Amino acid sequence: MAARTTTRLAIGYALAVAFIAAAPLFLDAYWLDVLNSVGLYVLLALSLNLILGDAGLFNMGHAAFYAVGAYTTAILSTRFQIPILWTLPASAVVAALFATLVARPVVHLRGDYLLVVTIGLGEIVRIALVNDVFGLTGGANGIFGIARPTVFGLKIRRPHEFLYLIWAFVAVTVLLFHRLEQSRFGRALNYLREDPVAAEGSGVNTARYRLLAFALGAAWAGMTGTLYAAKMTIISPESFGFWESVVLFLMVILGGSGSIPGVILGATLVVVLPEVFRGFASARMLVFGLVMMVMMVVRPQGLLAFRILRFKESDVRRAGASQ
Amino acid sequence: MEQFFQQLTNGLAVGSIYALIALGYTMVYGVLRLINFAHGDLFTYGAYLGMTLLTSFLLHDHLGLALGLVVLAVMVMGLVAVIGVILERAAYRPLRESPRLSAVVSALGASIFLQNALMLVYGARYQVYPDILPQTTVSLLGQQVPVMRIAVVLVSVTIMAALYLFVQKTKVGTAIRAAAIDQGAARLMGIDVNKVVTIVFVIGPALGGGAGLLVGLYYGQISFTMGWIYGMKAFTAAILGGIGNIPGAMVGGLLLGVVEALGAAYVSFAWKDAFAFLVLILILIVRPSGLLGERVAEKI
Amino acid sequence: MSALLEVRGVTKSFGGLTAVSDVSFDVEAGSVVGLIGPNGAGKTTTFNLITGNYRADRGTIRFEDRAIDRMRTHKIVQAGIARTFQNVRLFQQLSAVENVLAGRHCRTKSGALGALLRPPWQVREEREAAARAVEELAFVGLSGHAMELAKNLAYGDQRRLEIARALAADPRLVILDEPAGGMNEQETEELIGLIGRIRKRGITILLIEHDMSLVMRACEHIVVLEYGEKIAEGPPASIQANPRVIEAYLGTEEV
Repeated sequence: MAARTTTRLAIGYALAVAFIAAAPLFLDAYWLDVLNSVGLYVLLALSLNLILGDAGLFNMGHAAFYAVGAYTTAILSTRFQIPILWTLPASAVVAALFATLVARPVVHLRGDYLLVVTIGLGEIVRIALVNDVFGLTGGANGIFGIARPTVFGLKIRRPHEFLYLIWAFVAVTVLLFHRLEQSRFGRALNYLREDPVAAEGSGVNTARYRLLAFALGAAWAGMTGTLYAAKMTIISPESFGFWESVVLFLMVILGGSGSIPGVILGATLVVVLPEVFRGFASARMLVFGLVMMVMMVVRPQGLLAFRILRFKESDVRRAGASQ
Repeated sequence: MEQFFQQLTNGLAVGSIYALIALGYTMVYGVLRLINFAHGDLFTYGAYLGMTLLTSFLLHDHLGLALGLVVLAVMVMGLVAVIGVILERAAYRPLRESPRLSAVVSALGASIFLQNALMLVYGARYQVYPDILPQTTVSLLGQQVPVMRIAVVLVSVTIMAALYLFVQKTKVGTAIRAAAIDQGAARLMGIDVNKVVTIVFVIGPALGGGAGLLVGLYYGQISFTMGWIYGMKAFTAAILGGIGNIPGAMVGGLLLGVVEALGAAYVSFAWKDAFAFLVLILILIVRPSGLLGERVAEKI
Repeated sequence: MSALLEVRGVTKSFGGLTAVSDVSFDVEAGSVVGLIGPNGAGKTTTFNLITGNYRADRGTIRFEDRAIDRMRTHKIVQAGIARTFQNVRLFQQLSAVENVLAGRHCRTKSGALGALLRPPWQVREEREAAARAVEELAFVGLSGHAMELAKNLAYGDQRRLEIARALAADPRLVILDEPAGGMNEQETEELIGLIGRIRKRGITILLIEHDMSLVMRACEHIVVLEYGEKIAEGPPASIQANPRVIEAYLGTEEV
């Protein structure tokens, strides 16, 4: 059973890689751009999944970390002419520090209280951006004139070039997050989600792991912000509002909280379906709302809830044999 | 002094609207331990239904201003209560035994659904209420205050006092309080918890819808997204007073309204919306049980 | 030579209610100590004070000559005290072996970076942790259930899984909160055997239990609480003969 799941997953990823690699051959610029959007949202949803899906912390202000990353890149690029991809680590660090700072006093709050507080934090960040905080964020108009990224001397500007850049980042992220999931660190987050009292009582420093989940999730959202800023060359506060956080939350829940392939599927569906049914664009959010309600009754674990078992039958047998 | 007094009364008016909405959050939370994220949208429905009824029936022309408004209020509150009961049946009742996250997600879904349904019907633009109210001011403690501002406070306080008496003095009120303390025990005492939940989803949305009507009449301009910001602030008010606590919601609402009005006037208007969130975060860090709530030790 | 665990004058109130009042007792290394008393006597509160889930208002708790009454729970586990819970608290959606690995957490080191880069020492640490978890599962008699989700195990098995999780943390003292709760006679019999085997490993045991026959057979020292106060202490025979204990239990439970 577990072995078959792993094989199916490997086949799924291989098909996805082949599809993305060949996409410029049969998709026009518009649809390539949709795929780029999918990639960015997959990254954001996976980063939120660390916090919400793996650690079970209801974070509905994730767009704030995305914003911190995007603005870090924008400021470094426009004021100090630092090449875009060099700002990736800076975005990660700034977003992680910011997350640690704001999450520290509230992270112990019970489920839905944390949800409301993170909504509040997200709004405060947006209001701060609109109010041109520190004179750095450009107010409601945002920041424009962000430079294009350069990879090995090649300037990335057209959709298919961004396609490879963004999806390479997605591939690395998926690989790393699978490793994370199957480690002591990933298990600690799961213990926290399942029962924080039992986790602490088993010797897990729950306060620390709550913060680490926020820091790591925020770091990845921050780096996604860098890619977004590079792709758009202009960013403004309205891209990082409350609904952005809601949509990310929806992707994780819809696809399968805690399941990497599930979250990828969730993000893909939420971005692509409205594009397919463009005639109903105005009813998009209406349908999302309905889907959220129906899902919770019919399939609360999400569409693709399976997770890879960290220990397979064979591992256990091998562990037993080594005694 | 003049500005302070104006801001204070203005804050009390806004705060009493927050308090009316907060009552819905607090009562639902008290009984179901659920944050009804769609409550802010029920408030918006009150505002829109009020506008439609006002313009299509012209009750104030037929019945006179005072009686017309009373009939209008009763109609709006009744309709929003119906929506509230349907909401509970559709989005919350099937999830009564599910994990908290499921109900939270369903509540958010309901909120998104209600909001966008409204947008599809009325369009995304601001809507304007017909101007039917007197713009006069009265002299209060030597200052000129708009009559409507006083009326908003008086109407809200009267409704809240009536609710408080209802919950404290009547049999149904006792059942609501009992279900809020311990559903299982309440059931054993012969209380029909489902009925209590339905009653709560009649009262809460009715008050929220009434608040929506007040906002429409008082400010004259409404939008389909306004429920979310009013809702968040009212929820803050409920937490501030101690969630589940009815007098707490009133105190919290008035306090938040005043803090926000004074903050906007004396600190920074641009950061006005951030004050409420800051209050929310601070209160949850410092005293999560709220000003009037009791601390409860977690059972292990 | 001081005792392994020393509880001295510990008091804890919730609001106006004093749950534990000026309680003192010792747990000698290598012994099996029972903490008994009628419902609401403050037994579980005492456990939660020892494990750091609650903070004592007054009094001190020392473990291996170190004050632990101000330490956080996970630090206390690291110091060598592991526990089970009165109402089984397993990680329901995780497999049995993953549950036991939680106990291994405080004895292993690899963090996020190690998980991402997978250096050889981390791979080895994971393998060793898994081997140990499997070993503990076998020790409590759950060999065949390693891959089952905790929520799918029978109730008695869930209790034993909790014990395996506690043992995986290399404790010197395990605290068992009603380990026989919900078990049938045969399972209780097996539990008494398990307690004996835990003890043979050199691990000291402190337990709360309502099953008096189990307490009298498994424990060599018993502490009796009533209304938050210690009313008696001693070996099983003297406890059974103690008039205050008999009075406390009269009409509620048989001694």
